[in-house]
Amino acid sequence: MAVEKILMPQLGESVTEGTIEKWLVGVGDKVNKYDPIAEVNTDKVNAEVPSSYTGTIKELVASEGDTLEVGELVCYIEVEGGVSEEETQEASPEQKAIENHDAEAGNEQDQPMKRRYSPAVLRMAQEQDIDLEQVKGSGKGGRITRKDIQAIIDSGEIPKKGGAKTQPTKEAPEPKQAATVPAQQPPKANATEVPVAEGDVEIPVTGVRRAIANNMVRSKHEAPHAWTMVEVDVTNLVNFRNSVKGDFKKKEGYSLTFFSFFIKAVVEALKEFPQMNSMWAGDKIVQKKDINMSIAVGTDDALFVPVIKNADEKSIKGIAREVTELAKKARTGKLKSDEMQGGTFTVNNTGAFGSVQSMGIINYPQAAILQVESIVKRPVVMDNGMIAVRDMVNLCLSLDHRVLDGMVCGHFLARVKEKLENISKENTSVY
Amino acid sequence: MPVISYIQAVTQALREEMQRDKDVFVLGEDVGVRGGVFRATDGLYEEFGEARVIDTPLAESAIAGVGIGAAMYGKRPVAEMQFADFIMPAVNQIISEAAKIRYRSNNDFYCPITIRAPYGGGVHGALYHSQSVEAIFASVPGLKIVMPSTPYDVKGLLKAAIRDDDPVLFFEHKRAYRLIKGEVPEEDYTLPIGKADVKREGEDITVITYGLSVHFALQAAEKLEKDGISAHILDLRTVYPLDKDAIIEAASKTGKVLLITEDNKEGSIMSEVAAIISEHCLFDLDAPIKRLAGPDVPAMPYSPPMEKYFMINPDKVEKAMRELAEF
Repeated sequence: MAVEKILMPQLGESVTEGTIEKWLVGVGDKVNKYDPIAEVNTDKVNAEVPSSYTGTIKELVASEGDTLEVGELVCYIEVEGGVSEEETQEASPEQKAIENHDAEAGNEQDQPMKRRYSPAVLRMAQEQDIDLEQVKGSGKGGRITRKDIQAIIDSGEIPKKGGAKTQPTKEAPEPKQAATVPAQQPPKANATEVPVAEGDVEIPVTGVRRAIANNMVRSKHEAPHAWTMVEVDVTNLVNFRNSVKGDFKKKEGYSLTFFSFFIKAVVEALKEFPQMNSMWAGDKIVQKKDINMSIAVGTDDALFVPVIKNADEKSIKGIAREVTELAKKARTGKLKSDEMQGGTFTVNNTGAFGSVQSMGIINYPQAAILQVESIVKRPVVMDNGMIAVRDMVNLCLSLDHRVLDGMVCGHFLARVKEKLENISKENTSVY
Repeated sequence: MPVISYIQAVTQALREEMQRDKDVFVLGEDVGVRGGVFRATDGLYEEFGEARVIDTPLAESAIAGVGIGAAMYGKRPVAEMQFADFIMPAVNQIISEAAKIRYRSNNDFYCPITIRAPYGGGVHGALYHSQSVEAIFASVPGLKIVMPSTPYDVKGLLKAAIRDDDPVLFFEHKRAYRLIKGEVPEEDYTLPIGKADVKREGEDITVITYGLSVHFALQAAEKLEKDGISAHILDLRTVYPLDKDAIIEAASKTGKVLLITEDNKEGSIMSEVAAIISEHCLFDLDAPIKRLAGPDVPAMPYSPPMEKYFMINPDKVEKAMRELAEF
């Protein structure tokens, strides 16, 4: 028998951490190699962690809700037979570092019973107004025992909610995580202050919801947002699209949406203004070569941002097809991790639900997000002084002012506007 | 204070009560000339004669029935069942007659009988000489069931049982007879039936038990003390009716409760103790109420390894106490 470690796997190119959403196995369960052992939530996607070995689960080190670095210890598994081949391989320096880290932080993490409160503990905590989050448990699995509470009461140093005493956070082994810490704390702090009245519904925060919250806070917190909007006359586009959409649907089997035309125009403009297709990296700005278009897809209770890879290589038809497929996957929960990775710019179809103006939060770490609003008929004063009824749309751009300035964004938007206004049967092909 | 054995305490109590009150007499199989198979009535036949120390036929129903009749006529019979296992033929007499006569006759009659019986395993007695039978009687209002753990408790409680005006079942752990010794005062004393006794004060966990297991718990507590675990041990002494106040107080004290009985787990005395605790102590509990008991199999096995598996022993008790302390 040998005890092996199962570590948090790399579930995507840029994934640095994952949150254990749900354990699929318990201590003592037998698992085969590649069997899923836990659902993990990374960067807005759910994935399953496969077992690296065949054996018996010995100890679950991470608890549901814990966020672990890639390579951090998830659980121990007892493997049939003596020393396994993995064990004989020389551990990489990273792994060694991780092991050392575990040894130091071991006690902090092995606390599956930390939030299992006994009736006595709950009663005493309520009577004395003790914030149990701040209490260290001496019981099995980090459980807070009645004696722990009694000791606190006897000592007179009672940790109250919202007190100066902070929660014990995990040691941050690398600076990258430090950036996430401030982003994680505010929602938790808020949560404890909201009064819950009778009849209120308390909805537990799922991993996906928490990921959205963390990303939003992080983006809003780190990137100074600036906002601008242009008005585009898309009468020609509407006429063109309406003239071909019936045939298209019949031939291709899916709809030719306005959104595809907007994406196409944005992609072409990004090609001309590569500054827009870049990211803030602290000491430098990284201008991305690939144009990978993130598109926001809302479901009933979450928001997913799948990516159209190399959007500049695709026709309007190709974009329409991918939008249809990705949206369908997002709504049925079938999006894969790699389909959410690598976006360089985001287009958000806020017009789909009738919005005419909105201020998007940038999809971190991208530099900008474009909101395509609703197409509405409006009276417009034309160049010749006549008033005409035209199909108008607002394009709203949120930009990271560290990376971009108003000038380049203005030029970029003007270019998008020009492209959209010039779409017509004569000069545009959907194929 | 002289140190005597558990069984000597039984004999002393019987002798002193017979000396004190001429209405007290003993009856049972081999209690007279032989002095009892365990020697509990040793010397009584010689001292009090065959009229007050009666050898009976092998008919437990008759032993109980004769005793109940005599009690209702004003005598103070102490009937002995040679083994608690043999009490079954007498169950109808005990439950239907002895337990109910006061209620049934609206206090015109009462039945001051004491029925003694050695119970319990660990003596290679197998099926018919090892059973714990208390649970059978523990749902019968009108009966009292006393199960002492120490010579001091034996003497004081047996005297109280004999002087009690209602039927008392007095179960003695046969393995404790010569294993357990303790100080017993020479002067006359009684202990209250229906009162539990704290055998050890502690802060971390509460153990509630009775009979021989009290000693296992005390031994385990000694060991755990060295590891900084302090155990509070309550000896029920009377298992029916239960001393609810003492149970609630002991359970609330630490909030971590281990209940130990040698009987089969399901439907045992400890099931009722657990129910009392869960009814009254929910907001003081810091751990699930834990029961350590015999397995739910029909009988004590004869095979020594199997008997060992069935029986409660200090190791099992220590392990269970430690787990609870660490929870």
